[in-house]
Amino acid sequence: MRKSKALLFEMSRPGRQGYSLPSLDVPEKPLDELLPKKAQRNEPLGLPELSENEIIRHYTELSTRNFGVDTGFYPLGSCTMKYNPKVNEDVAVLPGFAFMHPCQPLETVQGALELLYNMEQGLKELTAMDRFTLQPAAGAHGELTGLMVIQAYHRHRGDHKRNKVLIPLSAHGTNPATVSMAGYEVVQIPSDDRGLVDLEALKEAVDETTAALMLTNPSTLGLFEEEIIPMAKAVHEAGGLLYYDGANLNAIMGYARPGDMGFDVVHLNIHKTFSTPHGGGGPGGGPVGVKERLIPFLPVPLVDKKKNQYYLDYDLPESIGKVHSFYGNFGVAVKAYTYMCMMGAEGLKQASTDAVINANYLMSLLKKTYLLPYDRICKHEFVLSARPQMKKGAGAGDIAKALLDRGFHPPTVYFPLIVEEALMVEPTDTEAKETLDAFAEVMGQIAKDIDQDAEKVAHGPYNTVVGRLDEVRAARNPVMRWEKKVD
Amino acid sequence: MGGKHYLPLTDEDRRQMLAVIGVKSVDDLFSDIPSEVRLQRELDLPPALAESEAIEHLNSLASKNKHFHNCVSFMGAGVYDHFIPSIIKHVTGRSEFYTSYTPYQPEISQGVLQAIFEYQTMICQLTGMDVSNASMYDGGTAVAEGAVMGCGSTRRSKALVSRSVSPFYREVLSNYFNSRGLDLEEIPIVDGHTDLSELEKLLGEDVASVVLQQPNFFGLVEDMDGVADMVHNHKAVLIVSADPLSLPLLQSPADYGADIVVGEGQGLGVPASFGGPLLGIMAARSKFVRQMPGRIAGETVDGEGNRGFVLTLQTREQHIRREKAASNICSNEALVALGAAVYLAALGPQGMREVAEQCLQKAAYTLEKITALEGFEVVFPGNIFKEFAVKIPGKPAELNKKLLEKNILGGVDLAPFYPELENTMLFAVTEKRTREEIDALVRELEGWK
Ligand SMILES: Cc1ncc(COP(=O)(O)O)c(C=O)c1O
Repeated sequence: MRKSKALLFEMSRPGRQGYSLPSLDVPEKPLDELLPKKAQRNEPLGLPELSENEIIRHYTELSTRNFGVDTGFYPLGSCTMKYNPKVNEDVAVLPGFAFMHPCQPLETVQGALELLYNMEQGLKELTAMDRFTLQPAAGAHGELTGLMVIQAYHRHRGDHKRNKVLIPLSAHGTNPATVSMAGYEVVQIPSDDRGLVDLEALKEAVDETTAALMLTNPSTLGLFEEEIIPMAKAVHEAGGLLYYDGANLNAIMGYARPGDMGFDVVHLNIHKTFSTPHGGGGPGGGPVGVKERLIPFLPVPLVDKKKNQYYLDYDLPESIGKVHSFYGNFGVAVKAYTYMCMMGAEGLKQASTDAVINANYLMSLLKKTYLLPYDRICKHEFVLSARPQMKKGAGAGDIAKALLDRGFHPPTVYFPLIVEEALMVEPTDTEAKETLDAFAEVMGQIAKDIDQDAEKVAHGPYNTVVGRLDEVRAARNPVMRWEKKVD
Repeated sequence: MGGKHYLPLTDEDRRQMLAVIGVKSVDDLFSDIPSEVRLQRELDLPPALAESEAIEHLNSLASKNKHFHNCVSFMGAGVYDHFIPSIIKHVTGRSEFYTSYTPYQPEISQGVLQAIFEYQTMICQLTGMDVSNASMYDGGTAVAEGAVMGCGSTRRSKALVSRSVSPFYREVLSNYFNSRGLDLEEIPIVDGHTDLSELEKLLGEDVASVVLQQPNFFGLVEDMDGVADMVHNHKAVLIVSADPLSLPLLQSPADYGADIVVGEGQGLGVPASFGGPLLGIMAARSKFVRQMPGRIAGETVDGEGNRGFVLTLQTREQHIRREKAASNICSNEALVALGAAVYLAALGPQGMREVAEQCLQKAAYTLEKITALEGFEVVFPGNIFKEFAVKIPGKPAELNKKLLEKNILGGVDLAPFYPELENTMLFAVTEKRTREEIDALVRELEGWK
């Protein structure tokens, strides 16, 4: 049943209201006395006028037009769409967390600081890093913070010629974008035929201009970079540092730690590995951890403890400064911390174990019908290629749309760039075997549909609230806001 | 053990699955990790808690904190205790919204996409701008990215930022600029306002943008008359960090010539949460859209002509453009933006106006009462919106300590950010403060020292 949904603005009726305020209880002064006329607004606000119940119906209907992890299987590669525990949501809204001002006196925020402190201890143990900042608000923000720290380190040593950051071709888009944001140049490192970073090419590329190597391990192909030790050695010997994009930590908790692999800086995506919800795009959290020698450059303040009193430490003369107005997404950290408490050492390791079992199992099922360019044991995710299907007339994007019709969220498509017609599948630790079986069966069915009538598959989806949307039109003739129709 | 109820695989499942994979044990699945980097022991973390134990632990941490529910807050400086209507959490609490990812698959993400489109429209209505993005991390990063955008669109490399812009934002901005090799210079202030004659002198061919805040960090309404002309005469861009709650009353940034409007949206129904998650606002005139960072929802149609929404102009973004992208931002604050849209829809034009008026009236009342006290003086002359700086007869930390005994969260000490402003505090008064609460604050101040 296809239909569009009216916008709030189109539902508006003059005179309706969805709020109530107590009446003003202080003596009222004429507006002009408090604000000069020329500083006053002189056009109407143009917001919709609706009653509360209408607004609720509107958003309830919108929510039915949206798919979340609570709706169904969401194997969106690289995004770790695991279940978002409900207890996390409940504790994050406790008034003692949700209604605190960031400038409150330290004695009134001891519980919050203790939480951040404990969380840092846990992250240090998980990653073999020596200190963490929880200021970055997302993964990409963590990447930028990490590169700023690396930059400050080199600059502090008077080493100003390092202007390049190496990244593998398979890297997530935020990596090269971050490199530019930090004023560095990107050097692309190719992959070898196993899908791993080409060690020889890396050795060629490192020199005295190398600031850092940015790496995701396991990589975006879901493969563990087995030569990480010689890679780290090559970069360190040239005076560069190693940056770990921790978006894929969900594969290795309790099995291996970036700090033990030679990484100097890591960021984690707590909205992936630590179960906090993605919120339709955010908020997330991107804590950054560093090895000892980089601690002086971390953003201020750090959270510390003296004689059982927690405090915010601003005394870091070499600090890069701040990357967020306050201490980052504290409310998200509360959820991640709760998850860590609930899982414990054993549970976190089990989560990684199950994520890897699920991925390898699903890979075994799917490689019967889809091309698997790198056929080896994977970690938490794997990448298929729909090139053979594309030749028949329906590619990765069309397969994605066909999955929508069958109640599944599709895998990530067309990423990583090194696989043609990529379908990047990450089942996560929180899915049952039956779900994976059902998904594999549907994927098999879609492959058959393509064999029989690729044209039909290429025009899906058929059962969604709207049909395939014209993205080209949206970009050519951008309409990015509603405007009142003049008639 | 806690947490097992999130992991559905049984031992039997695992056994069967390993058989299908064709390996003997779980260990075989991790054999690609070289033994030198394999963790040879178990993680040293506290034991897992059951759900009831976790709740107890988190409750005990939360109970060590003071907060807006057991204190009366006069703290501001960018984060405020505004009233949050119940409706917001009931919308953002719908798990179809909060458990979804960025809407890359539009046909099953119409809920989030339409909500973002509506949010963008509301931000445009408030600011007078043509385009808004789907959100930035917070006010500080929005200011920083706005200034980076200014450099991108003018192909110049210097920004001028007023000292009356939040020091929290300026620190983020200076960090972003320093890293990228861009130049930043501060515009001095006179009497708490941006010194416009100094601004005029600082403007030159190298200046990409001028960053101001309205109302400024001291709560003062800056005189925007002629500022845009001055900036535009030098072909620079005017960036304004605006408090969205002031916009129902104050001249819209478009009206006084701003090109890019950024700001902190926390006042729009967002819990303070110890400073995060917040809501970075980012809006601009349409000619800047190609340099705009972050996601933007756009309208389109399906094959049958039904209206729908997609993420658009993605060629600005990191996943398409990689090192040439306008920014590296990927995840943003989408759910917070959704909540802000619900707030704006609930309040509507009338409610927004009333909230702003109550802030204005109550802040004026409080300022008058406080400065009538012996030893308390207004620091800067001028018009305020909802906060103000006061010189006090002693140390801010000591005053705050005394206020805390009465469960009042006092003001923010300005000296750490403005060394010349010793014994000076910034108080904020929102629509939520009652006359009784304000009078109680004034009573505590009276006779202090
Ligand atoms: C490998 C990788 N790196 C970085 C990121 C960026 O993280 P965020 O969206 O939190 O900024 C992602 C998220 O999609 C990712 O998958």
